Amino acid sequence: MSEIDTETAARVAKLARIRVADDALPALAQEFGAILGFIEQLQEVDVEGVEPMVSVTPMRLKRREDEVTDGGMPEKVLSNAPDAREGFFAVPKVVE
Amino acid sequence: MSAELTKMTLAGARDALRRGEVTSAELTEACLTAIDGADALGAFAHKTPEKAREMAAAADKRLQSGDAPDLCGVPMGIKDLFCTQGVPSQAASRILEGFRPEYESTVTSQLFGDGAVMLGKLNMDEFAMGSSNETSAYGNAVNPWRRGNDEAELTPGGSSGGSAAAVAADLCLAATGTDTGGSIRQPAAFTGITGLKPTYGRCSRWGIIAFASSLDQAGPMTKDVRDAAILLKAMAGHDPKDSTSADLEVPDFEAMLTGDVRGKTIGIPREYRMEGMPKEIEDLWAEGRKMLEDAGATVKDISLPHTKYALPTYYVIAPAEASSNLARYDGVRYGHRAKLSQGDGIVDMYEKTRAEGFGPEVQRRVMVGTYVLSAGFYDAYYNRARKVRTLIKKDFEDVFAEGVDAILTPATPSAAFGLGEMADADPVQMYLNDVFTVTVNLAGLPGISVPAGRDGSGLPLGLQLIGKPWEEGDLLNTAYALEQAAGFVAKPSKWW
Repeated sequence: MSEIDTETAARVAKLARIRVADDALPALAQEFGAILGFIEQLQEVDVEGVEPMVSVTPMRLKRREDEVTDGGMPEKVLSNAPDAREGFFAVPKVVE
Repeated sequence: MSAELTKMTLAGARDALRRGEVTSAELTEACLTAIDGADALGAFAHKTPEKAREMAAAADKRLQSGDAPDLCGVPMGIKDLFCTQGVPSQAASRILEGFRPEYESTVTSQLFGDGAVMLGKLNMDEFAMGSSNETSAYGNAVNPWRRGNDEAELTPGGSSGGSAAAVAADLCLAATGTDTGGSIRQPAAFTGITGLKPTYGRCSRWGIIAFASSLDQAGPMTKDVRDAAILLKAMAGHDPKDSTSADLEVPDFEAMLTGDVRGKTIGIPREYRMEGMPKEIEDLWAEGRKMLEDAGATVKDISLPHTKYALPTYYVIAPAEASSNLARYDGVRYGHRAKLSQGDGIVDMYEKTRAEGFGPEVQRRVMVGTYVLSAGFYDAYYNRARKVRTLIKKDFEDVFAEGVDAILTPATPSAAFGLGEMADADPVQMYLNDVFTVTVNLAGLPGISVPAGRDGSGLPLGLQLIGKPWEEGDLLNTAYALEQAAGFVAKPSKWW
């Protein structure tokens, strides 16, 4: 089983922007360890010369003219925001 | 009379509506009554009776005018993962509490454009992450089936657990589901209904709350194979708003149901014979093989050598994509925002919001995904998984190239298990539920679960058929032959 220490668990939680209380970190690290241990099996597969899959069905992305096709509805865009003011999303101060 | 109406198949209701033997209003009212009497099943998370009555009235007008597509007037349930305009759509997550989309998903807008009636939004695992519907912010959905007289509540499976429970309990005539690793087929098998995951790209993903974009597909969950054919046709089609949706003709799948499988070759993959597989599952699989042989198909043993690596591949790729897709839930544009303390900055807002809004399984997967994508691990985990995925897909291509038309496997490694039974297991144990279904998502193929038998305690068991890309019509026909041979007609006895 892969060992994941609490420091790594804390770092991953930070990267994922999920607050995890310090006392919950050991259990989280243990769960990561179990999952990563399970994933570890992939190391035994011979993937020499194999292309990583990009698209499961071979398809060429369609192109279209670069033009506005939708928009002009700020009220609808903001209608579900927890805090919207004067036509903008409002968030806590970002820059001091 | 009213209870009988809800038992109708989609095809039966379509024909009766067109003949004027029943109205959509009557069908809809019967379903709404059934739903109100079935709160113990936890299938419907948001009921929309007023909307349903309006839609039914409009459908009845349309039926009278003779312009009635197959779904016109048919009352359906919609999985909570589909964005439905003005109706709560929260993927069974706290983080989307209160979210009412200003738009309609492509699939539901096609269904409603055909005149289908929406009864409400169906329970599911949070963000479709789960195999038992126990990760839902709404609480559990419960399987209408029980082990004989044992009153223990069983899971309807997941993630489309509400859809499965609602169809099996005759609360609606059909439902939509979505399937990222087995989320249509496993709950269908656990509840004795039919569930189809189409080829990746057959149905538009636009407006369906994203989990793992390279694996997610919407599909029908129905009372039988014919209904799956009808509903798939209505859900499918090219959509310019989803760049991965295929610009292909949608055939009349129902017209392809002849039940004739003579000359077809069915493969039985030896790698799906798992150690410790219950004898009932093995017996059912052998019976399925015999049924298709008796129907005139050639059945042969095949090998899909990378099967063993499908689940670990999935548990890299799906969390990686989820961590990216779920980054949008940050408390700014929609849904929940945590209450902030004096002096909290924007990062505090993100972290608190996501800690409060996401349940434990979603948090776990987002963090695993973050880990496998982080600097230093990207190649070892994520890129390696994408390479193994190429090999898994090639396994299927090879057997199809050898003349195999469809592959027969069990749908699940067991019958429905008890709610709470897996609470102390580590997360990997729960992931094993998808062992037979997840390969199909990784390879982008169509797969269907058909109820085919019952276990010793009377619970339904399903068989899965896997088809070639874009050949859902042929796959449905093979499933139809299997359905006719299996003759599964059992229904759960009403206790709710």
